[in-house]
Amino acid sequence: MLRAVGVADIDELFESVPAAVRLGRPLDLPDGLSEMETASSLRALADANTPATRLVSFAGAGCYDHYIPAIVDHVVRRPEFFTAYTPYQPEASQGTLQNIYEFQTMICELTGMDVANASMYDGATAFVEAALMASRITKRHKVVVVGSVHPEWRVVLRTYAASGNIEVVTCPVEDGVINPATAAMLVDDSTAALLVSSPNFVGHLEDLAALGEVAHAAGALFVVSVNPILSGVLEPPSSFGADIVVGEGQPLGNPMSLGGPGLGFFACRQAHLRQLPGRIVGRTVDVDGRGAFVLTMQTREQHIRREKATSNICSNHALNALAAAVYLSAVGVAGLESVGRACVAKAHYLREALLATGKFDAPYSAPFANEFALRYTGDAAAMHAEMVRRGFLAGVDLGAIDPGMDGLVLFAVTEKRTKAEMDSLAKEVASL
Amino acid sequence: MTASDARFPKDAPVRGPRALIFETGSPESRCVEAPALDVPDVSLDEALAGEVRTQPPALPHVTEVEIARHYHHLATMNFGVDSGPYPLGSCTMKYNPRLNEDACRLEGFAGLHPYQPLETIQGGLALMVGLADALAEITGLPGVTLQPAAGAHGEFTAIMMFRAYHTAMGDPRKRVVIPDAAHGTNPATVHMAGYEVTTIASDANGAVDLEALKAALDTDVAALMLTNPNTLGLFDPNIVAITEAVHAVGALAYCDGANMNAIMGKARPGDMGFDAMHINLHKTFSTPHGGGGPGAGPVCVTAALTPFLPGPLPVRLDDGTYGVGWTERSIGRVRSSFGNFGVFVRAYAYVLALGGDGLRAASEQAVLSANYMKEKLKGTYPLPYDRPCMHEFVLSGSRLRKEHGVHTLDVAKRLLDYGIHPPTIYFPLIVDESIMFEPTETESLEDIDRMIEVMLTIAAEAASDPDLLHGAPYSTPVRRLDEARAVKQPDLRWRPSSAE
Repeated sequence: MLRAVGVADIDELFESVPAAVRLGRPLDLPDGLSEMETASSLRALADANTPATRLVSFAGAGCYDHYIPAIVDHVVRRPEFFTAYTPYQPEASQGTLQNIYEFQTMICELTGMDVANASMYDGATAFVEAALMASRITKRHKVVVVGSVHPEWRVVLRTYAASGNIEVVTCPVEDGVINPATAAMLVDDSTAALLVSSPNFVGHLEDLAALGEVAHAAGALFVVSVNPILSGVLEPPSSFGADIVVGEGQPLGNPMSLGGPGLGFFACRQAHLRQLPGRIVGRTVDVDGRGAFVLTMQTREQHIRREKATSNICSNHALNALAAAVYLSAVGVAGLESVGRACVAKAHYLREALLATGKFDAPYSAPFANEFALRYTGDAAAMHAEMVRRGFLAGVDLGAIDPGMDGLVLFAVTEKRTKAEMDSLAKEVASL
Repeated sequence: MTASDARFPKDAPVRGPRALIFETGSPESRCVEAPALDVPDVSLDEALAGEVRTQPPALPHVTEVEIARHYHHLATMNFGVDSGPYPLGSCTMKYNPRLNEDACRLEGFAGLHPYQPLETIQGGLALMVGLADALAEITGLPGVTLQPAAGAHGEFTAIMMFRAYHTAMGDPRKRVVIPDAAHGTNPATVHMAGYEVTTIASDANGAVDLEALKAALDTDVAALMLTNPNTLGLFDPNIVAITEAVHAVGALAYCDGANMNAIMGKARPGDMGFDAMHINLHKTFSTPHGGGGPGAGPVCVTAALTPFLPGPLPVRLDDGTYGVGWTERSIGRVRSSFGNFGVFVRAYAYVLALGGDGLRAASEQAVLSANYMKEKLKGTYPLPYDRPCMHEFVLSGSRLRKEHGVHTLDVAKRLLDYGIHPPTIYFPLIVDESIMFEPTETESLEDIDRMIEVMLTIAAEAASDPDLLHGAPYSTPVRRLDEARAVKQPDLRWRPSSAE
């Protein structure tokens, strides 16, 4: 090959690299390993962890251990899906494109909205994109985020807001939920959006109907984040006037994987389609009149519009969206309803069982679905650590995330947890 | 093959469009449900305060075999790296090692919850520290965040760090300078970060026009964003003068790392004077593109910018264990959790398998392969910038258009009939009818020779039968699409009523 190129050695091809910046030494990295050695090194690292899936886990807070049907990973492992690039050549990408079209439909069905995009990085970034989109639509600068939204998401929102493109005001939480009257004092005619999450970070359902009215009364958009696993049992946000619905799609068929990759989903009303960020797939026909799918509405996107684009995003989490679509196909309406019902029933059972130990107080009384917070009467961090030793991930110790929530423990219950496991958690905690 | 070809019965298993999954199966079809409840059922209406769903979502009704066949069919309509050569310029479509796919699925990785106690995720933290250290060595930039989910996300992270840095110096500044050959994400990122874009033209060699750059630089400029090697596949020979000019006005230099696959172990952006860059793990470090994601876009920065990194940062502690930390002036977070951890596992596996010498050899082979292809094709397809390229090169389809009325798009579509994924086309914008090839180091000489042969054959077809190319492709599951109709009559979702 060198001869065909007409050079004597490989370094001739690097002559355009100025001598001053050539790396005149080998990289200071270990020698390469055989496949067997690489595999054992990775296995050793994996074995140095105690995954939540090998504990009896009640951890949630945005990332959930739901059952993943066997078919999901078998589809995701198809190399035609995972080794493909973005479907810019539609004739050779109908698999990816049709799946995205089906995924968009499923997200619309879950949320009750008109249109959805092809997915985003995660729930937090979808949430921020919703704030930015609302600002573009309303031509207003301020967004009001309620304090009961996931604290990490609020940090991400603040980080993006440092650009000066939006200003963030936070509505305080009262007894674990948002009082619409308090929100109404902060939402005014300079507000682009009221951003809420329901269930909220500590598991409670917000009064979406009243909050939606607060937003709309001021001409602001109503942005709602939901947990899609509950979409079989909870009324969709569209019924409460949501203009944009976002969320983290990990619970739908994606492993927890230390919090990534999951996927953000993003849906809105038809009227706002032109301001939607991210990729969108549409159905059309080919020259022979056959139905086919293609990336569309691209005049919103960065490769056409550059600095005038709706977002700089130029990817989506297509493979995670594929997992979500296969998951939703596998469970269907009945399965999604059964999963949601199981989570709600088991969460209510566990809360009673834990309160019965006498070791917890209930700080809040609002309705909840699959997740709830209790206050541990002793040292929550010590309890949590001891329970790990006993084989339980006893929820999430909220004091470790936010000192303001010291003493609170957030328990999530998925359909994977059995009555026996919950009873033994209560028994072990009682014995402390 | 045509629909009326008697050799193929009407129901022959041709790779054509398939009904939507919503139109598959029957209302009785079931696949997976939760086990029977082992706790007392609750009244949903009571528990959920009346917010119980009344109208169920219209999800598919399918059995497992129907799911398997549906997605099998969809898979056969896709082209991936495993399907054949994928020389997509700027995207680095190298082979995705299978060990990495297995590794990220180990329960000790895939089963981790982001809020587990740190003592229970020591292996995960060690892996992230190991990957960050390797990226620091490869880029020559010591501060690393793995958090950004993609290249564009990494760009945003870095420009927000620049904003924080300049603000700490007393003035956030107003503008970011970008060459006209840049990826569209660069200006879009600048806007999201609250800056104005100043575009400068490239010089006659496709490099940064140093005089134009100097004219654009003043103390209002926060940064220059530059892809080096650039989008023509050329290393900018003035790189040191460029970063010095940027620094002379107190601005910072950002390297778009899309083309890192050319220079691993050969040259480091940190040594060129860049202050920050992103790495596309899904390009350079072999993690799969997944049909559009997930990828990961770690950002590497100088020591001066390290205090502004987003958190949390996995760190090695003095006692040999691992923890997480936040820098004192962190910009915050750009997403939840640590980032796309499953992608980190794959990338770290790649670093372990190749080692320092292997990474250098990968870049050398990528550059050699690109130059080999370029030399064999430049006699037929004009090469506007004729000098040794890095890992990719940009040809022009202008001659085929002038002589035969065949466009680059036609050439690209015809490649599909030969089982080759088209290169990147019509980018960069500064080359007429551009065709950007990036063979990557994982294509064999045999496959590279075949790509060359096919490109020469297509040029001959353009001369002898241009309409053949205008109509291509013929062998794909669908042919050219009516993209205008997709825009004019948006059909972005299936609706239950359309099932009739």
